[in-house]
Amino acid sequence: MSSSTTTLLDAQDIYGGYGGADILKGTNLRANADEIVVIVGPNGAGKSTAMKAIFGLVKVRTGKVLFQGEDITNAKPEQMVRRGIAYVPQEQNVFPSLTVQENLEMGGYLMTGDLKPRMEKVYDLFPKLAERRRQPAGLMSGGERQLVAMGRALMVDPKLLMLDEPTAGLSPKLIDETFERIKQINAQGIGVLMVEQNAKQALAIASRGYVLATGANRHEDTGPNLLADPEVAEMFLGG
Amino acid sequence: MNDILQILIYGMVLGSVLSMGAIGVSMIFGILRFAHFAHGDFMTLGAYIGLTFIGVMGLSPWFALPAAMVGMAVVAVVIDQLLYRRIRRTQPVILLISSFGMALILRSLIQLIWGSENQTYASGIQFPWRLDVLGGLRIKPDHVWIVLISLGLVAGVHLFLTRTRMGKAMRAMSDNMDLALVSGIPAERVIIVTWIIGGALAAAAGVFLGIDTRLHPVMGWTTLLPVFAAAILGGIGRPYGAIVGGMIIGISMEMSTLFISAAYKPAVAFAIMVMMLIFRPQGIFKGTL
Repeated sequence: MSSSTTTLLDAQDIYGGYGGADILKGTNLRANADEIVVIVGPNGAGKSTAMKAIFGLVKVRTGKVLFQGEDITNAKPEQMVRRGIAYVPQEQNVFPSLTVQENLEMGGYLMTGDLKPRMEKVYDLFPKLAERRRQPAGLMSGGERQLVAMGRALMVDPKLLMLDEPTAGLSPKLIDETFERIKQINAQGIGVLMVEQNAKQALAIASRGYVLATGANRHEDTGPNLLADPEVAEMFLGG
Repeated sequence: MNDILQILIYGMVLGSVLSMGAIGVSMIFGILRFAHFAHGDFMTLGAYIGLTFIGVMGLSPWFALPAAMVGMAVVAVVIDQLLYRRIRRTQPVILLISSFGMALILRSLIQLIWGSENQTYASGIQFPWRLDVLGGLRIKPDHVWIVLISLGLVAGVHLFLTRTRMGKAMRAMSDNMDLALVSGIPAERVIIVTWIIGGALAAAAGVFLGIDTRLHPVMGWTTLLPVFAAAILGGIGRPYGAIVGGMIIGISMEMSTLFISAAYKPAVAFAIMVMMLIFRPQGIFKGTL
């Protein structure tokens, strides 16, 4: 590997799906440690599937997923976590009957040693969670649950955080706040790869963005350039 | 009044037995997503393992209890590894039917090994304590122990589920299987622990039933229906609900003898289960069904 800025994730020409016809037809994604990379695209483009394929939840039929130069194609989620990849699914991303604190503990299940310092780091980032550490996650609001979900993922001290639509169903105010948090997380040296429906806002904070359509790359550029591209705007950003 | 108190005690004893079975059924459903039909026969096998320890080593039933629990925990894990693990990724209905087959296998094995006639742990009659302050209420020491040990086991399960990492992982898997996998929780290890607890508690239920009544190869099978009723009443997948459900079903079954023939006791459990499934299928404590 020859790179000064380390390429964390490199997904090369991925084909795959849920067993039937391929949903991903030649997807390429890259993410560096200092980047926020955003995937946008129309419904059914395979955005979530691409995330799952990278994390080993959807079978990659051909193509390669490299993490820090090592081949992790179709590895088990447990292996992904051990290597420093954390994934937050779009829906049902907390353990509802477990308290906030227990949710965080489960995030750090594979970690050896004391979880306390990691937990304190998460509470520093999301002070709201510290206040509610004894509350079952299922009784919290959508925005708070999203924080729990991210907090759980951060418990493994990930190098790469993968977020599937972290702002889905949130109010505009909470959407802003969530993007702020994501910038904060990235500032700590954690690479972020996320799928977003709120494409305009997401691209505004993105280092780079990908536009996926029918399972393949359609555009790839910096966030601002994609936002400025009239074709992208018309096709995917609602004009 | 006296009658009602007396029957309440019987109800609590039966409730303890049902709770021990229902916690396991509920946990197994929560984590493996199928109704474990061999659980009644787990209870029976546990009771007979206890009988062997009593016969061979001359232990009293109370000391045979932990031995039976350990033995049954091992058997449960072996059965899981030999049978259920191989069909883990198929549909739940296949697991359910397989567990039905396992129930038949276990029952036949029990008949082959221990015979099909009634057996008892200890011969003779135990004299109850007479409580004159409560109008001559009679309490058998055995009954007191059954309820107390059940409470102890329930407290143990509670501490395990809320204080240990593995216990929390079990609740997490029961809550959200996909997220547990994504978090890196080792599913297979959690499943094995689930069988250890489920098997041990089933053995406790079987030994309690054996102490309270007698041993018979279908003792567990005939108790399976009220055990399921208890698990459903409490909200399947919720071990705490299973305890409440077990007590309610046990007491209702015994109380019903005040009004109808004792032969209808299982019908009472069945009626409660059907009502629950119609009007509140998620159970008292919102289950995962």
